[in-house]
Amino acid sequence: MSKLLDLAPGAAAPLAAVPVLSEDAFPHEVAHAVEEGGRLAALFGHAPQPSQSSHMGGIRLLAVVAFDAAGRLGVVAGELSRDRYPCLARFCPQAHYFSREIAEQYNVLPEGHPWLKPVRFAPPLPGALPVDPFEGRRTIGLTDYFRMYGPDVHEVAVGPVHAGVIEPGHFRFQCFGEIVHHLEISLGYQHRGLERFLPNAPAGRVLPIMETVAGDTTIGHALAYCQIVEALSGLAVSESAGLVRAVALELERLANHVGDLGALAGDVGFLPTLAYCGRLRGDLLNISALLCGSRFGRGLVVPGGVRFALEPSRLEELRERLAQTMRDVTGAVELMFGATSVRARFEGTGAVSAAVARDLGLVGPAARACGLTLDSRKDFAAGAYASTPILPAVEESGDVFARAQVRWRECQESARFIGCALDRLSGLAAAEAPVAPPRALAPDSLAVGLAEGWRGEVCHVALTGSDGSIARYKIVDPSFHNWMGLAMALRGQQISDFPLCNKSFNLSYCGHDL
Amino acid sequence: MRALSAVNLLLALGLSPLLLGIINRTKAVISGRSGRPLLQVYFDLAKLLGKGAVYSRTTTWVFKAGPIVGLAAVLAALAVLPLGGVPALVAFPGDVFVLVAFLGLARFALICGALDTGSSFEGMGASREAAFSALAEPALLLALLVFVSRTGTYSLSRMYVWPGAGDWLASGPVLILVVIALFILLLSENSRIPVDDPNTHLELTMIHEVMVLDHGGPDLAFILYAAALKLWLFSALVVGAAVPTGLGSPLLDELAMLAGMGMCAVAVGLVESTMARLRLPRVPQLLTAAGAFAALALAILGR
Repeated sequence: MSKLLDLAPGAAAPLAAVPVLSEDAFPHEVAHAVEEGGRLAALFGHAPQPSQSSHMGGIRLLAVVAFDAAGRLGVVAGELSRDRYPCLARFCPQAHYFSREIAEQYNVLPEGHPWLKPVRFAPPLPGALPVDPFEGRRTIGLTDYFRMYGPDVHEVAVGPVHAGVIEPGHFRFQCFGEIVHHLEISLGYQHRGLERFLPNAPAGRVLPIMETVAGDTTIGHALAYCQIVEALSGLAVSESAGLVRAVALELERLANHVGDLGALAGDVGFLPTLAYCGRLRGDLLNISALLCGSRFGRGLVVPGGVRFALEPSRLEELRERLAQTMRDVTGAVELMFGATSVRARFEGTGAVSAAVARDLGLVGPAARACGLTLDSRKDFAAGAYASTPILPAVEESGDVFARAQVRWRECQESARFIGCALDRLSGLAAAEAPVAPPRALAPDSLAVGLAEGWRGEVCHVALTGSDGSIARYKIVDPSFHNWMGLAMALRGQQISDFPLCNKSFNLSYCGHDL
Repeated sequence: MRALSAVNLLLALGLSPLLLGIINRTKAVISGRSGRPLLQVYFDLAKLLGKGAVYSRTTTWVFKAGPIVGLAAVLAALAVLPLGGVPALVAFPGDVFVLVAFLGLARFALICGALDTGSSFEGMGASREAAFSALAEPALLLALLVFVSRTGTYSLSRMYVWPGAGDWLASGPVLILVVIALFILLLSENSRIPVDDPNTHLELTMIHEVMVLDHGGPDLAFILYAAALKLWLFSALVVGAAVPTGLGSPLLDELAMLAGMGMCAVAVGLVESTMARLRLPRVPQLLTAAGAFAALALAILGR
């Protein structure tokens, strides 16, 4: 990480401190950092304002590389002088999707990209170069898909409209009989233009938007955003507020993991766990409501702290209700893992190897199920997670069973963590000072927010302009990293096992589509 | 006797949707829910019959014929089905093959209707249904052959007097094997767990349900009703092997048989509540096992 700017999550740095490389040196430097144990947390373009010093009028690329083992972030920029640059994906596979996104947002062509297509089929962002590398072919879903030819080969198209009440996405399977040889996933149907909206958004609208980037990761995205505002305005978060935030994040994880474990049981037709977990997820959401009045944790996390303190009476009720719910969850989940017919379905289905997971830069439970020990709660431990360390749940087999097992072990770890956090909270002064409104943000700066949402690492990056307003705001939901992992998991699998594999990842469409 | 045969047919026509209600109620109770009403299938049928139908422009008369031919074929199969020692309305030597053939015709009509839509989903469902039934049909014949071998007749009505009072003592092992084989076939042929999941909304995993995705209104009502009748038919085959006839009076036989049908539905509900679906490539193994059980019963009998 020699040429990279060393940065901690939740810290700010002046933009001038970020090393700027040429368009030829930048890809090599990033690939080198990834080779040395780094992982692309974010890679995006931005169009610097003409007033900024050292700017020559092109698009600037910015890479945030996470060195999980070292617990540090490295930031490096690349200045493009033309409308094209040598593609990074050739020697750094995890950059392939980011490169497509950059091409779509700023009309710059990654030369030598193996499969250049739009990611969301959205129009370019303000400041993009004038020549569209896709020649205006940005109608959603209308694109070339990988095809297989031959007798008995058939193509199955699923979506964007699905059975059941879920989000839209298009899936193309290339099948030989019942066996899937290739799956291509085409998204963008939930695109709302968040990154276009955020730089000039009215101040009061930003936090509610952050909470709904992915509606089931309210706390995760709100935390990442608040870290950035706090870093750029010098706000400090009290210990008790940090603890309440961590409790909320773990409750969110619990509710989603329990709901998904039930849904996994439902997908293989194992009804008791489906029914129990459906109810228990509701109980866990209600515990979130006890914390802040919203079942999805809306309105709890604000820059500088939390909106609601946890007074002793509610703290005890929370502890009691969580213990009761976890007893029931344990019964329901053990019933599922104890059933041989369920294990026969989970084991060996949708396996992703550790090498593929590392190459694609998978995050969260999907990565941990492949044997990668990465968890930003541990690797970038801060605040409550520094005082009460989390033990990441890691499995080796990379299949549906591993993903289910990781989620179950994370549930248990979250419940333990919440217990410890509540113990600590009850010793602290309960009364929380009202949150100070954020002052003006530091001008010409960069800040990174990182939170381990239930799907994995939520990464936000903000660049401020000379007037202290947000000039570029980048959101990387864990789903952005992991959708490709789902496609790889399906290789050589039964097409009838797709719903099961899909549920074991349970990725967000809107978090990806922004 | 003729009157009783007619009563049996009417019972099948009237009570078969109730079997689905009993299965659903069993599943609900075990997973701690109150569940849908016992008579929900009747309500669904009434609702669907009151609706119009929508037909895709890619379909032809084959698609419209599917549900009608399917229901007619199952009704015809019911006509040769005896119940509780009472002979069927129509009985003649060889009607056992007629029963299997009509079930095959019903399936053929449904598969053709599914293929007629040109949808890749329905094509997959049709291919799975055809592949699995190719294994289920011989197993069913093999199981019925046990009765043929024991009674020396090819007429269902005369075959199914066999497990009479006391026969369980004499040939218990054979009957156990036959009941297991027929019960596995019941689960498979009526798209129940562990072969198919009647409750799933996931098209890619379905077998039976995906073939009827494009049907609506009265067509779907016909298919649902035919499926209920088919469940009744298979339950009768299982219960006929499990519950002895000749208990003393025809009424007693009849009551024992109806109680058996109810128990059979509860048993299906119990299976669905306690195990997950098999992975699709494992289904042939289950069907082969059913065939093996039937073959073993034959072997013991021919000893």
